[in-house]
Amino acid sequence: MRALAWHGKHDVRVDTVDDPEIVNPRDCIIKVTATAICGSDLHLYDGYIPTMQAGDILGHEFMGEVVEVGAKSTLKKGQKVVVPFTIACGSCYHCGKHQYSACDNGLPADNQDVAQELYGHPMAGLFGYSHMTGGYAGGQAEYVRVPFSDVGPIVIPDGVDDEKVLFLSDILPTGWMAAENAQIEPGDTVAVWGCGPVGLFAVQSAFLMGAERVIAIDHFPHRLELAKKFGAETINYEESAVYEALMVMTGGIGPDAVIDSVGLEAHGFFVDNVLDQIKASTFLGTDRAHSIRQAIIACRKGGRVSMPAVYGGFIDKFPLGALMEKGLTLKTGQTHVQHYMPALLNAIMEGKIDTTFLISHRMDLEDAPKGYDMFKNNQNEVTKVVLKPGFN
Amino acid sequence: MHDTKPHGDDAPPSTWKKRDAFAESGIPDGKGGSLVARAVTINRPVSEVFAYFRDFTNLPTFMENVERIDILDNKRSHWVVKAPAGKTVEWDAVVIEEASDRLIAWASEPGADVANSGQVEFRDAGARGTVVTATIAYDPPAGIVGKLIAKMFQREPAIQARRDLRRFKQLMETGEIATAAMNRKQHEEELA
Ligand SMILES: NC(=O)c1ccc[n+]([C@@H]2O[C@H](COP(=O)([O-])OP(=O)(O)OC[C@H]3O[C@@H](n4cnc5c(N)ncnc54)[C@H](O)[C@@H]3O)[C@@H](O)[C@H]2O)c1
Ligand SMILES: [Zn+2]
Ligand SMILES: [Zn+2]
Repeated sequence: MRALAWHGKHDVRVDTVDDPEIVNPRDCIIKVTATAICGSDLHLYDGYIPTMQAGDILGHEFMGEVVEVGAKSTLKKGQKVVVPFTIACGSCYHCGKHQYSACDNGLPADNQDVAQELYGHPMAGLFGYSHMTGGYAGGQAEYVRVPFSDVGPIVIPDGVDDEKVLFLSDILPTGWMAAENAQIEPGDTVAVWGCGPVGLFAVQSAFLMGAERVIAIDHFPHRLELAKKFGAETINYEESAVYEALMVMTGGIGPDAVIDSVGLEAHGFFVDNVLDQIKASTFLGTDRAHSIRQAIIACRKGGRVSMPAVYGGFIDKFPLGALMEKGLTLKTGQTHVQHYMPALLNAIMEGKIDTTFLISHRMDLEDAPKGYDMFKNNQNEVTKVVLKPGFN
Repeated sequence: MHDTKPHGDDAPPSTWKKRDAFAESGIPDGKGGSLVARAVTINRPVSEVFAYFRDFTNLPTFMENVERIDILDNKRSHWVVKAPAGKTVEWDAVVIEEASDRLIAWASEPGADVANSGQVEFRDAGARGTVVTATIAYDPPAGIVGKLIAKMFQREPAIQARRDLRRFKQLMETGEIATAAMNRKQHEEELA
């Protein structure tokens, strides 16, 4: 089959590789009909994530048709499914609590050591996202082996357009969980850093959860424009001073809840950020983290900090004092996708959530390297790239 | 169970910084001076977890380096364990203590290629299932034999025990052992 493989920093290629097969009884194989490039993939593309190996197949946002099932899969050939990016067993303690991204059994035993050392505990497996998250081949491919297919993939009713439901695999639940973690109360003002796919879904979700005002922050005019369409007020951090603007816009109180949907590659030339860039390139510190610092400083006293953005290692100058002194609550985590998929599928079917607005580019899987380059270098216009095998 | 007095805290002996803890480990007939302990909580009833483990012929399904275990009688078994260069090391082990749904303790018999002993405790953890704690004592090997054994245990018994317990948990909870292999050929290569 054809699949997009990582070969190094800014080097991804479509290679011909062996087709996947059923290996374990709960597996299924799907034929991919649509797959997307994610902001998280850019972290791999930019070489920020350790334990990558040349030839690793990327992609964790994908859907397709079931073409083969293992003896214990509950799926049927021919069904259309969206696959959650978190690989979770459904039967451990954490899955029982719907903390799917903390599943005990998603990672092969030998791949659990790195996270056990780095974080104290291994987490769920992830598709196409380095060997410390399992080394599973990802979905930017013609076919994918999907473990635990009896509990992960969600079956999509016939006749629904792929593009409407594809984002159930990651960014829609991620934006939704980000808003949920912000514990929004009616009348709240919520500030969202980053108007990428995650931030834009967080904006929509925050309104659905009762936020009175949402203030969206980015520097790409087009992305800010999309946030505005959903009713957000905007701050362009290149044009305006973010903290000062937020304070004036909230009458000196600060946002009741803040959401960091930027992550470890925050852009911008702020003093602390430049230091991070130097340290990141010399491996003194691993994560660039301006947005989370700014969010914590701006958040009102007793407010809530939600951090869907991905951080992998250590940051310094983390405003721990502000977190403590202001009595903030911080909630974060990889998304418990399986938990959110059914309700969000309903919301899509009922027209409560708009998903397709996000897609700016559709391409053949063969053109995936171009897609990465565009998504990386023209973020203003390129809001989401959807790849379809056989599109051309 | 564990005598915690010399220390004054409740931490298990295997985690004590002073290694004279060994005598306190409660492992009967401890072999050698190294001690590792690993605990895992398995979301299944204790009777089921114990029964699967007590049938030693099941152990090779999740103990990566164990090629085969032959049952000699109710207490004694013969272990064949993979070593580098297609070789194997072998020993007879005897169950020296056993309490249904609670404990299995074993020791290798004289003449073993690698002297070892240990115990696996099973504890009913209510809604969380069963806590399985494996404590293994082994002769810290030296020289060529040491290298062989380090390789055999992948790096060291602590890591091997941890990985084996994770696989045991996966098998009991999910009915299979997680793998990222894309196809059966890759999977077989991993297991070899
Ligand atoms: N928690 C999860 O499970 C999960 C799932 C998916 C994605 N993510 C993470 O969420 C984050 C966002 O993902 P995405 O796909 O939307 O990425 P993206 O790269 O498309 O969007 C990030 C946006 O942040 C903006 N930005 C950069 N620096 C900023 C700053 N200092 N202040 C304000 N905005 C700034 C960028 O201009 C960009 O528009 C990434 O870190 C990604 O890894 C997490
Ligand atoms: Zn994603
Ligand atoms: Zn699980």
